[in-house]
Amino acid sequence: MSAGQPPFDSPEIRRLTPVIGPGYTYGSVTDKISAIVLTRPTSLGWYVGFLIAFSLMGMLTVAVGWLIIKGVGIWGINIPIGWGFAIVNFVWWIGIGHAGTLISAILFLLNQKWRTSINRFAEAMTLFAVACAGIFPLIHTGRPWMAFYMFPYPSTMGLWPQFRSPLIWDVFAVSTYGTVSLMFWFVGLIPDLATLRDRAVKTPMKIIYGMLSMGWRGSARHWYRYQSAYLLLAGLATPLVLSVHSVISFDFSIAIVPGWHTTIFPPYFVAGAIYSGFAMVLTIAIPLRKVYGLEDFITMRHLDNMAKVMLATGLIVAYGYFMEFFMSSYSGNKFDVFLVQQRLHGPYAPFYYALILCNILLPQLLWSFKMRHNVAVLFIMSIVVNIGMWLERFVIVVISLTRDFVPSAWGRYSPTFWDWATFIGTMGMFVTLIFLFVRVLPAISIAEMRELVAETSEDEK
Amino acid sequence: MHLHRSHIYGVMGEFGDPEELIHAVQKIREAGYRRLDAYAPFPVEGLSEALGLKRNLVPAITLLGGLGGGLTGFLFQVWANVSSYPINIGGRPLNSWPAFIPVTFELTILGASLAAVFGMLALNGLPQPHHPVFNVHRFSHASSDRFFVCIESRDPKFHLADTARFLQSLHAHHVSEVSDD
Repeated sequence: MSAGQPPFDSPEIRRLTPVIGPGYTYGSVTDKISAIVLTRPTSLGWYVGFLIAFSLMGMLTVAVGWLIIKGVGIWGINIPIGWGFAIVNFVWWIGIGHAGTLISAILFLLNQKWRTSINRFAEAMTLFAVACAGIFPLIHTGRPWMAFYMFPYPSTMGLWPQFRSPLIWDVFAVSTYGTVSLMFWFVGLIPDLATLRDRAVKTPMKIIYGMLSMGWRGSARHWYRYQSAYLLLAGLATPLVLSVHSVISFDFSIAIVPGWHTTIFPPYFVAGAIYSGFAMVLTIAIPLRKVYGLEDFITMRHLDNMAKVMLATGLIVAYGYFMEFFMSSYSGNKFDVFLVQQRLHGPYAPFYYALILCNILLPQLLWSFKMRHNVAVLFIMSIVVNIGMWLERFVIVVISLTRDFVPSAWGRYSPTFWDWATFIGTMGMFVTLIFLFVRVLPAISIAEMRELVAETSEDEK
Repeated sequence: MHLHRSHIYGVMGEFGDPEELIHAVQKIREAGYRRLDAYAPFPVEGLSEALGLKRNLVPAITLLGGLGGGLTGFLFQVWANVSSYPINIGGRPLNSWPAFIPVTFELTILGASLAAVFGMLALNGLPQPHHPVFNVHRFSHASSDRFFVCIESRDPKFHLADTARFLQSLHAHHVSEVSDD
C-alpha cells in the first residue's frame, strides 16, 4: 500500500467520506433539496442545456416521422442485417436503466445507506432510459401503428401472439419493467410531493403537488403500510431487473446464430447492463452535484462506491468475453471459431478492439483509490464505459449477422444519417427528460434523507 | 363541551424529534386513549409498535396479486395454444410449458406490484384530498421537520380541555384543537 493511502474500507474512510455531510437537520435537508425545485431561479445554463437537448429531441421527432412516411428502408439495415442500430440502441438503453433499479431495489434490500441520495434520480434515469429503449423495437417493426398485434387481445383473426417467441417475452418483460419502475418511483415520490405541497408558495404549484401527493399526511398508520409496500416492491423489482435483461439476452441466445447461441448470455448481459447503468448514473450524478451544490449529499463515498460496482461488473463482463472465446475454441464448432476470428481480424475488428479498450482495459484504473476519488477521471471513465457497452452490442449484433453460416449470406452494415439522427435524438430526449425532472421534482428523496439524518444522529449518540 | 364535540376532530400536540414523539405516544396509550394517530415526516422506527399497530394486509394482498397474475398468465398461454388456436408444428407438444415461463414470471411480478401499490393506497384511504388535520396551521411542518400526535374526539376518554392539558403535560411544544370542517 502506498504511503498516505488509508486502508480500503476502514472506519477511518467511512468517517472521512460519510454518506451525508455533517451538521444537517430534518429541516435543513428539506430546505436544501426542496429549494432546488421551489425557490431557486431557473438558471441561464439550464435554459441553454434544455434548448440543446430539446433540439436533439426535435431531431428524433423528424427522424421518426420520416421513418413512418418512408419505412425502415431509410436505415442502413437490409438482409442479412435486419437488426442494426435499432436493436443495438434498444439493448443499450434498457441496460442503462438497470442500474436505477439495482440502486433502488437491491441496495435497499441490502440496507446500504449510501443508496439514499442517489436512488431517486437513478430511478428517474431508469424510466427515461426505458422510454428511449421502447421507441426502437416499436419503430423497428416498420409499422408502429400495428404494434398492438404483440399484445394478446381478442382479434377478429382469432390469433394469439406467439408466446414461445423471445420477442413476445420481450414485450411482457419490458412493459412490466416500465410499469413497475414507474410505480416504484412514484411511491417513493409521494411523501416528497407532500413536502413540496406544504412548502410551495404559488397556488398553481400547491394544487399540482397537492393532487400528485394524493393527500399524504405522514400518518404513522400510512407509513406502516407504505414501508411494507415499498419493501415488497423492492423485493419484486430485484428478480424483475435480473429477468428483464435475461429475457433480452434470449432474443439473441435462443437464435441459432454463431456468437449468440450461448448459455453465458443471460448473466453476462445482466452484468453488462448494471455496468453501463452505473456508468450512466455517474455521468448524471457528477454534473448534478456540481451544478446544484449537492456535494454534501452525493459525497465522494457515493462516487467511490459506484466506481467499485462498475469495476466489479466490468470484470464479470470481461469474464463473459473470455468465456465466449474459450467456449468457441473448446467446442471446436467451426462457425463459432470463425466468428471469433472475424471479431479479431474481420472488417469490424477495430470496433472489437475499441470495445476491449473501453470495457476491460481502461476501467482497470479504478483499482486505484486516487483515480476513484478524482471526479474528472470518474466522469471520463463513465463516458468511456457507456461507449464501450454500446460497442459491445454493436459487435454482437453486426458481426454475427454479417458473418453467419454461408458466405453467400454474408454482408456489410453501415448506419445511415437517419440511424444516427434517431440514436442521437433519443439521447436528446433522455437529457430533456432529466432536465425537466431536476427542475420540477426533488432529485434526491427528501423523506429518506431525513431518515438518514435520524439514523446518523443515532449513530453519534 | 358536548355541543362542541361534533365540530372537533381531536387535539393535536407537536413535538420536536422522534424520541419525544414515541415517548408521548407511549404515555397517551398508557393513559388509556386508543383513537389516536401520529404524524411524522419520515417513517419513525418504533412508532408503529408504540401505537400498537399489528394488522398489515399489504403482504397478503401482494401475494394474492402475484398468484393472480401468474396463474392468469400461465393458464391464458396454455388455453391460447392448446384450445383456442392449436397449431401442430411437426408434432411438438401444444402445452410447451417451459416456453410459457418468462411471460408467467413477468405477469406474476406485475400482478404482485400492482396489488402492493394499489392495495397500500386503498388501505390508506388515498387519494384523500382533505383531512381535518390539515386545518391545523402548523401541520404543514409534518412534512418537513415536526412530529405530531392527534388524539381523536371519537375516543371514549376524549375531553377537550382535559386531553389538551394532558398533552401539555407531555411537554408538547404546541397543543391545538383540530376542527372537523
